[in-house]
Amino acid sequence: MKQKLMGLNGDEAAAYAIMQVNPDVVAAYPITPQTIIVEKYSEYVADGLVDSEFVTVESEHSALSCCVGAAATGARAYTATASAGLALMWEICYVASGMRLPIIMSVANRALSGPLNIHNDHSDAMGARDSGWIQIYCENSQEVYDAHLTAWRIAEHLNVLLPIMVCFDGFTISHTMQNVNVIDDELVKNFVGKRFYPKVSGYFGETEYRLDPACAITMGAMDLQDYYFEHKAQQVDGMNAALKVIPEVEKELSLVTGRDYGLIQPYMMDDAEVAIIGLGSSMGTTRYVVDKLRAEGNKVGLIKIRSFRPFPAEAIFEAVGDCSVLGVIEKTLSFGAYCGPLCEDVKSLFYDTDKKPVIGAYVHGLGGRDTNPEMISEIYQSLLKAKTRGNVEHILNYVGLRE
Amino acid sequence: MSKLKKVKELGIGAVPFKSSNEYITGDWGVAHPKVNHEKCTKCSLCHFFCPEGAIHVHSDGYVEIDFEHCKGCGICAEECPVKCIEMVLNK
Repeated sequence: MKQKLMGLNGDEAAAYAIMQVNPDVVAAYPITPQTIIVEKYSEYVADGLVDSEFVTVESEHSALSCCVGAAATGARAYTATASAGLALMWEICYVASGMRLPIIMSVANRALSGPLNIHNDHSDAMGARDSGWIQIYCENSQEVYDAHLTAWRIAEHLNVLLPIMVCFDGFTISHTMQNVNVIDDELVKNFVGKRFYPKVSGYFGETEYRLDPACAITMGAMDLQDYYFEHKAQQVDGMNAALKVIPEVEKELSLVTGRDYGLIQPYMMDDAEVAIIGLGSSMGTTRYVVDKLRAEGNKVGLIKIRSFRPFPAEAIFEAVGDCSVLGVIEKTLSFGAYCGPLCEDVKSLFYDTDKKPVIGAYVHGLGGRDTNPEMISEIYQSLLKAKTRGNVEHILNYVGLRE
Repeated sequence: MSKLKKVKELGIGAVPFKSSNEYITGDWGVAHPKVNHEKCTKCSLCHFFCPEGAIHVHSDGYVEIDFEHCKGCGICAEECPVKCIEMVLNK
């Protein structure tokens, strides 16, 4: 299918996709490095390219609250944030997922204060790991564009009904212009379609799950010892359903775009002896290093994780295959923990299998520190050494830290 | 109490299937209002101030307290201009 090639940075790619989706309500508060999305979208509103009700709220807490209200009426709602903005949304993050409202939110990942830092790492979104949102991590602007189209269909799927954070690295992706292939507005409109609603039983009988005076229901009311636990378990069911829905929806869009991502993207894993597992923009650098090391005769590979929540344990297990040494790289610290959140997940998935690969945790790029090919190359070297030795020298390693 | 529903039997989004009228909350408080009709001027301000909607105005102009939903906050007694409402501690 013919596509238009545009030069867009990550923020612009997100804004362009959302412009094509044309959601009913956009409520957002600008914060670096997500600001360009809000600026761009307000231009689209001013130019009359979208019908969205654009709400200029006074804080991120209000931005997400506004989206919760809008989504509860049955509208499509979108917002964007990063770092401290996501932290300020905290309370409402759990409200959105608990009320099963399919809100879409861009997160241009940025470090948390203090000390004050505006650059990229994943500590903001990783902190919101357990808030019940689906988290998709993008490697480049093209993925950012595509993920902002598929997100609506995944979130609104009646078996899923969960909000989605589309995460991409602040500045590294949000402010870096790249080639992005975009599809026609009409194709986006057809792909995204209309929002559907599940049936619920309220006081006045069975009705669609949205606020409608014709058949009023109460949403977000008190839920105590007798039912809260059951409703939380339903959210887990939604996450599990997403493991099936995400690849289905992406496959459907790929019929138009030719780009199919899936839950994970393994690269050179068929005969890999050591591999790096990670997410975000670093995986582009890692792929470059894999090619270089392969050319030198090293059997290395990588597994890029796109969907961190739900965690695609089965897909990762299959992709790892007979690879016996894994390095999990991540841009976040869990202070006092055994290792980072991604590495903990990878390790625990192998506990229940008869495969026991050697796994090392590598923390890198905190506060926007560059992750260059040399650093990735060093990680592979240490993994190759671990293969010979049969274990990793240190469980938790810091890459690019002056020690 | 009716049989509690299981995870798969419940609708999505925690929508209450009972009206809030059916949740009896009048036993939450420690005190209840008592209206002295001899002093009452039928101004009905207590009805408007009640945050629970638990004070109803009768056709004769006097008010009646719905003790199934009154939580004994005492706002009516505080706001009454002729101080005809007394908060009485529950036994």
